[in-house]
Amino acid sequence: MYDAAQSERTVTQDVKIAARDVQVYYGDNHAIKDVDVDIEDKTVTAFIGPSGCGKSTFLRCLNRMNDTIDICRVTGQIQLDGEDIYDKRVDPVQLRAKVGMVFQKPNPFPKSIYDNVAYGPKIHGMARNKAELDDIVERALRRGALWDEAKDRLNEPGTGLSGGQQQRLCIARAVATEPEVLLMDEPCSALDPIATAQVEELIDELRRDYSVVIVTHSMQQAARVSQRTAFFHLGNLVEFGETGKIFTNPEDPRTESYITGRIG
Amino acid sequence: MHELSEHISSAFDRDLEEIQAQIMKMGGLVEASIMQAAKSLEARDEEQAEVVRKGDEAIDALEELINDEAARVIALRAPTAIDLRVILAVLKISANLERIGDYSKNMAKRTSVLVQLPAVGGTASALRRMAREVELMLKDALDAYIQRDTALAMDVIERDNDVDNMYNTLFREFLTFMLEDPRNITACMHLHFIAKNIERMGDHVTAIAEQVVFLTTGEMPDEARSKADRTSRDASLAPDMDAHGD
Repeated sequence: MYDAAQSERTVTQDVKIAARDVQVYYGDNHAIKDVDVDIEDKTVTAFIGPSGCGKSTFLRCLNRMNDTIDICRVTGQIQLDGEDIYDKRVDPVQLRAKVGMVFQKPNPFPKSIYDNVAYGPKIHGMARNKAELDDIVERALRRGALWDEAKDRLNEPGTGLSGGQQQRLCIARAVATEPEVLLMDEPCSALDPIATAQVEELIDELRRDYSVVIVTHSMQQAARVSQRTAFFHLGNLVEFGETGKIFTNPEDPRTESYITGRIG
Repeated sequence: MHELSEHISSAFDRDLEEIQAQIMKMGGLVEASIMQAAKSLEARDEEQAEVVRKGDEAIDALEELINDEAARVIALRAPTAIDLRVILAVLKISANLERIGDYSKNMAKRTSVLVQLPAVGGTASALRRMAREVELMLKDALDAYIQRDTALAMDVIERDNDVDNMYNTLFREFLTFMLEDPRNITACMHLHFIAKNIERMGDHVTAIAEQVVFLTTGEMPDEARSKADRTSRDASLAPDMDAHGD
């Protein structure tokens, strides 16, 4: 009796990232409080919440991007496939190859389209020769849904592409290192509706191979692309559950107020 | 249920209030139409029956207006959570009200025929009492809707049993009248359809009350209520030919 959309909502339920009792402090400011969450594999998880609620901060904990901020302190445990990513033996550079990231504003390197994508595989020594590197670049650009538009201009600068193409280039660059998790911090907020739709379609395709975590201010986008939604408010994870449930019948009044556009 | 504050967009609040006001207006017209149809049947008043028939147009127009408004809110506001449930409930409630209005109109049509025939016992008064019961249920269902009162809605759902029982009783009475004198058959057939239609009105009121439960809790109530209408299952009463399946 279920429609096709129902099957799209099904997820693997294999936990990719398990966070327990996570606290983040910026100096004296307690930015993330007691967050427990299981990010499932091959699932799009959306983080929503008002500005300053901690959703981006928490996202940046997942590949230790907060390490670069001196006053930032993270406690608790975050496991990727059962291994603590804050363990001293973990190399953050290797971690970020596994947990890729795409940012709000497309930020291609001031290099050719080819070099943008080839950069990661080169520094991680993923290709033994030019032919292998060519293969990796083509595969990544195809996954980024940019191959058809870019294949005849691989040597032109990445910055010459349109905004939507640049963002897909950044996604191709992120997937070139064969990550397992893709973090996206408002990847569409600088894009027009057409480019947004293309990136959203791409996110849905990427879900077959990766676990995707997306921070978005657009509730409609969270509803469209994700299977799981987490609502953050004042540094707390208020509610986490199936996206359809969150948007039709949320449990917490704070979630309800936020998604229906009410003053909390 | 917790009290929700107003939307940041006050135009959204105005749109929702407007639709709710239309539902209440429609509910008021349907309540009046049920009572007027039942009274005209009892009083054998053809003129009043005609007023009921004409009045159904206004009810239909309101349903169309509510559908248009609800579609507009969905398109422009992309409602979620409680707002989405309000819109879904409004669409279903207006459809149910429209059907109840149609049954009133049908009662009025049959009244125009029945006034040409001899009266059959006191059944018209019994039908009016039954209609009165349904009208009270509708009033409470609409009150429950406006006040988001789950308990009152559940009470309405429960009371539909009484209406079903009244229908069962009337069904047997009509059978007796027809067996006693075949000249009663034409009138009794019309009266039976009226009774069945009032019973169906009760089901639509129940559906409205169920929407109230959905609206407040996010879930439909359990189908725990026992079916009191056995006429469709008891071969000694009637063959199992009930098209409505209820």
